[in-house]
Amino acid sequence: MKFWRKVFAIVRKDIVSEFRSRELMIAVLVFALLSVLIFNFAFDTSGGEAVKAAPGIIWVTFAFAGTLGLNRAFITERESGCMEALLMSPIDRESIFVGKAAGSLIFMLPVEILVLFAIQVLFNVPAITWQIILVTLLTTIGFTAVGTLFAAMAVNTRARELVLPILFLPVISPLIIAAVKATGLALTGGSWGDMLQWLEIIIGFDVVFITASYLVFDFVVEE
Amino acid sequence: MRKRFLIIVGAALVIAALLLTFLVAPPIEGQGASYRIFYFHVPIAWVAFFAFLMTFIWSITYLVKRNMKWDFYASASAEIGLVFTTLILITGSIWAKSAWGTWWTWDLRLTTSLVLWLIYLAYFLLRGYVSDEERRARFGAVVGIIGFIDVPVVALAISLVPTTHPPPLIFEGGLTDWREIITLVVGITAFTVLYFVLLGQRVALKYTEDVIKKLKAE
Repeated sequence: MKFWRKVFAIVRKDIVSEFRSRELMIAVLVFALLSVLIFNFAFDTSGGEAVKAAPGIIWVTFAFAGTLGLNRAFITERESGCMEALLMSPIDRESIFVGKAAGSLIFMLPVEILVLFAIQVLFNVPAITWQIILVTLLTTIGFTAVGTLFAAMAVNTRARELVLPILFLPVISPLIIAAVKATGLALTGGSWGDMLQWLEIIIGFDVVFITASYLVFDFVVEE
Repeated sequence: MRKRFLIIVGAALVIAALLLTFLVAPPIEGQGASYRIFYFHVPIAWVAFFAFLMTFIWSITYLVKRNMKWDFYASASAEIGLVFTTLILITGSIWAKSAWGTWWTWDLRLTTSLVLWLIYLAYFLLRGYVSDEERRARFGAVVGIIGFIDVPVVALAISLVPTTHPPPLIFEGGLTDWREIITLVVGITAFTVLYFVLLGQRVALKYTEDVIKKLKAE
């Protein structure tokens, strides 16, 4: 129980600071919408073609916008000296990891829902369904967990935000592949049964990488 | 002494593998001579995988023991793995062009190899961006562990997409002729010995680099 109280304290800190600065979510959302706009011109999204392009558009947008957000989550932490304070405080590293990952998840999900809504309106595809929302939720859980681990490393390098996408995107490629396929099935009227094998991969990825990231996070932040 | 012995054995085995590949292994119908690259492609793929496995093991060892020695081994092995993954992509593409008429298809093994290549490329980029030695080793070890765990997951995700890559011959009874089997076995042995030779050289070089760095700092 104590563990979750510490996690909750970190999440609360992130939410309060985000509400005051309004730095992260709006920028990430605007970036995501701009990507959608560009994709509209890059692919044929007229009529029946939109369903074929939409899964790719959704997940490339989420992956890039998410990377942007994850970077920011640790860069502000470092610039303000908050990371040192967190590390010095009597909190175990695992709580910091779960807290930061949960914070990123809470910031990312509303942005994703809004982007899905925009895609539904702009491309006339059924993007807001329980199936796609579940895929988005499960994928984003794994995404933010691995992303938090790598972002904590990236801010401690000379190249800062440059490192995260290079390191992060190949590692999460199976997650994105599965999410794209599952979303594609959901958009074309596939049943839960059709999506099952992809959902299994997403859940499998989440379990394996949350565990692995949780175990090695300690080594990333130690000074 | 042991190092020199290994180099001599390796050189002899590589020569034997070359002779077997081009003179002993029987031709396969309909493929001409191009299929012979298989006797390099498979041992190379094995060494790449083995190298990353060793990086994974040595990365864990480093995090547990905190001795730079293990980082030397882990990063040297990752370097060899990266070079051999590059060779997998090159030899595979050469064969694919002749057999399938295209350099590349987005199939299971090709895509997995490419993702693997990108992960370990990132491993070295990351290391290059960290000045502090101890931190570089620590971050490298984390990527060495996470990257290796990722391999089966990547393969699993891509395996659900239809494929054109030939199935692994050895496990499906495709290799029946003793000449084929011996060529492959010698090839794999030769490349494995080559791995240890390269590893020994690279680790020795890392120790030398370390000594020079310390001398310069004085």
